[in-house]
Amino acid sequence: MRRIIAVLLENEAGALSRVVGLFAQRNYNIETLTVAPTEDETLSRLTVTTTGDASKIEQITKQLNKLIEVVKVMDLTDGDHVERELMLIKVRAEGTTRAEIKRTTDIFRGQIIDVTDTTYTVQLTGPSEKLDGYIGAIGKAIVLEVVRSGVSGIGRGEKILGL
Amino acid sequence: MTEHLSGGDMLIRALQDEGVDYIFGYPGGAALHIYDAIFRQQRVEHILVRHEQAATHMADGYARATGRPGVVLVTSGPGATNAITGIATAYMDSIPMVVISGQVPSDLIGTDAFQETDMVGVSRPVVKHSFLVRSAADIPMVVKKAFYIATSGRPGPVVIDVPKDVTDPAITAPYKYPKSVSLRSYNPALRGHTGQIRRAVEALARAKRPVIYAGGGVVQGNAAELMTRIAKRLNFPVTTTLMGLGAFPATDRQCLGMLGMHGTFESNNAMHAADLILAIGARFDDRVTNNPKKFCPQATIVHIDIDPASISKIIPADIPIVGPALAVLEEMEPMLEQELTKHGLPDAAALQEWWKQIDGWRTSHGLNHHMLDRVDPDAKILPQQAVQALLKATSGDAYVTSDVGQHQMFAAQYYAFDAPRRWINSGGLGTMGFGLPAAMGVQFAFPQATVACVTGEGSFMMNMQELSTCLQYGLPIKVVNLNNAALGMVKQWQDMQYGGRHSHSTYREALPDFVKLVESFGHVGIRVERLGELMPAMTEAFSEKYRKRLVFLDVHVDPEEHVYPMAIKGGSMRDMFLSRAETN
Repeated sequence: MRRIIAVLLENEAGALSRVVGLFAQRNYNIETLTVAPTEDETLSRLTVTTTGDASKIEQITKQLNKLIEVVKVMDLTDGDHVERELMLIKVRAEGTTRAEIKRTTDIFRGQIIDVTDTTYTVQLTGPSEKLDGYIGAIGKAIVLEVVRSGVSGIGRGEKILGL
Repeated sequence: MTEHLSGGDMLIRALQDEGVDYIFGYPGGAALHIYDAIFRQQRVEHILVRHEQAATHMADGYARATGRPGVVLVTSGPGATNAITGIATAYMDSIPMVVISGQVPSDLIGTDAFQETDMVGVSRPVVKHSFLVRSAADIPMVVKKAFYIATSGRPGPVVIDVPKDVTDPAITAPYKYPKSVSLRSYNPALRGHTGQIRRAVEALARAKRPVIYAGGGVVQGNAAELMTRIAKRLNFPVTTTLMGLGAFPATDRQCLGMLGMHGTFESNNAMHAADLILAIGARFDDRVTNNPKKFCPQATIVHIDIDPASISKIIPADIPIVGPALAVLEEMEPMLEQELTKHGLPDAAALQEWWKQIDGWRTSHGLNHHMLDRVDPDAKILPQQAVQALLKATSGDAYVTSDVGQHQMFAAQYYAFDAPRRWINSGGLGTMGFGLPAAMGVQFAFPQATVACVTGEGSFMMNMQELSTCLQYGLPIKVVNLNNAALGMVKQWQDMQYGGRHSHSTYREALPDFVKLVESFGHVGIRVERLGELMPAMTEAFSEKYRKRLVFLDVHVDPEEHVYPMAIKGGSMRDMFLSRAETN
C-alpha cells in the first residue's frame, strides 16, 4: 500500500538527517522525499512516500512523531488529498519523432522548456502515475535523462497540517 | 546583575543548577576547557573512569538506582565513540542520561581533524535526542532542554556535543539558567485517556484468567508501589519482565516470577492461558513473546505505555492506553475501587480456579529455590546455588547488577527482588561489561548500601580495568563471578542448536588467576570451588570485616549447567524446554 506522509519539522540543522536515518534504521522504505521551508521560516515541510501494510504505516507515523524535532505528522492518504510531482525529462528529438513528441507532450499538458537540434527538455507536473504514463507514451528508448522532484501533497478542503 | 561566564564554566554551572552530584568521565584535548572548569569548583564531583564505556554504564547504574539522570563527560573522537555502547544500552532500556562530548573547534569540524568524529551522527540511532552547541550563549538552554528531554516522557539518553571554541575561557556570555522549558514539537503524555482507562477497568472486572505483565516502565515510572497495591486488591497474578523485576515483590504469593525466554513455567503458562493481560510499561519484546503469531491466543490485551510507538508494535492491543504508568494507575485505582464496592470481585470463583491452575504449574515445574539444601560439601557448585547463597548472605536486601549471559538469567531467576530499582542489568541491548561499572554507579549513589555484581568471567573481562577506579574511590562492591570458563550462554546455544560444536566459546587455558588479578588492584579475592566452601565464603564477603573493601568471589561453577526453562524457538509462550534431558 502506497502512502503519502506529510511532516512538519523544525527547520534546524540535522533535523532532516534524523528523519532519513529513522527510515534507514527501522527498515522503512522511502520511495520519494521532498523537503523545503514553509511560509513560517522556522518550519520545514517534508513529504515522503512509502509503502507498507497498515501496521507498518502506523509504526512509521508513531516513530516520526517521537523525533523531538518533528512537530506534526499526517498521513495524507487517510483522506482526500491532492498530490503533484514535477518532472524534467530530456529526450532525443530528431526527424519525424519531433512532431510526435510535441503532440504527446501537449496531450499530457507538458511544456517543452528547452530545445536543441537533437533534443527536447519537457516539464511535466501531475500525480506520479501521469509522469510514468508520459514516459510510457513517448517510449523509454528516446529518454536521455529524467529528473523527478518526488511527491508533494496537501489535504483537500479544510484539512490543514499546521501548528 | 547578570553573570558572565565562559562556555566551560557555564556547562558545569548548569549541571550544578540541575542538581547533578556526579559526572562520570575521562578527559581529553577537546574537553580540557570543561575539565578546567570542573577543577575550579566543588559542587559537582567528577569520577575519573578508566574507559569511557564504563563511564556511561556508571551513569546508567546511578540513574537506574536513583531515578535521577546520569551524567557523562567524554572527549571527542575515540572518547565519544567509546561512549556509544553505553549510550545504546541506556537507550534500549529507556534510562535518563546526559552525555556531554567534547568536539574539535567549530572551524575544524568536517576537516578530518585530530580526534574528530561526527558524534551527533554516530550516536543518532541510539539517542533520544542530541545537540551540537553553536555558541556559549546557547549552553544554558541546551542543558535545560537536554535534561528535560532525557527525563520526561519515555526517558532516554541525550547527547550534547560541544566544540572546543564554545568552551573557550576567553569568551564569556551572560549566564542565567532557565527555570522552565517548553518545546512545541515535544509534548509527552502526562495522563491517560479517561475513557480508555474506564474500558480497561471494565475488562479487568470481567476477567476470569487475568495476568498482570509488568515491565521496566513500572520501575522507571515509579509505579511499583501503586501497581502492587492494585494487584493485591484484585488478587491478580503478576509476572514481570527482566526489566520489571522488583516492580512486584518476588516473595509475594501472587508473584509468578519472570516471563519469556527464560521465564518460569507458571508465568509462561499463565500468559498463554490468560483471558486478560494487563501489560504495564512493557513492550512485548521478542524475548518475551516467542512467536507473536502464537502469542496468548485467548487474551484481551490492555496495554499501558508512555510511548505510543510501543503499543501495537508487535502485538495488537485491544485497549491501548498512552500515558505514564503512575498517572494511569492513579486514575484507574478509584474506578476499580468503585467497581469492586459495587460488585465485589467479579468472578471470585473463576479467579480461585485460576489460582489453583497456576499453583499447579508452580508446584509441578516451578524453580527450585532450595538448592543449597544439597548436602555434599565436595559437590561442584551450581550457578543457581551461588545466586541463592548471595540472596541468603544479603537477606535479599542488596542492589544487584549483572552482566549478560547465563549468570544474568540465574540472578534474575533466583535472587528475589522485593523492591524496585534493586535489579540493574542491561536488558534490551544485552551489553557484556555492564555489571561492574553499573555497580559502581549504584555505590556512588548509595555509599552505605550493599551492592553486588553477579557476573561471569567473560563479561567481567570486558570492563575489569574499572577495578582501578574502584580502588581510587574506595568502592566496597562485592563481585560474584560465576566462573564456568566459557561464554556460557553461547555455549548453551551451541549445545542445543549446533550439535555441541563450541565454536569460540571457551578459553579455559587462557584465563587469569582472578584472585591474584584483583589483589594486584588492591582488592580482596576469594576462590571458591566446592559447595561446602560457598556459603562460608559468601558470608565472609558480606561480613563487617570487608565492609569497606571490594571483594571478588571467584566461584567456579559447573560448566555443564544450562539455563532452564528455555523457550522453544518459533513456539508459543508455553512451549519451553525444562531440562537438559528434553533437549538432547
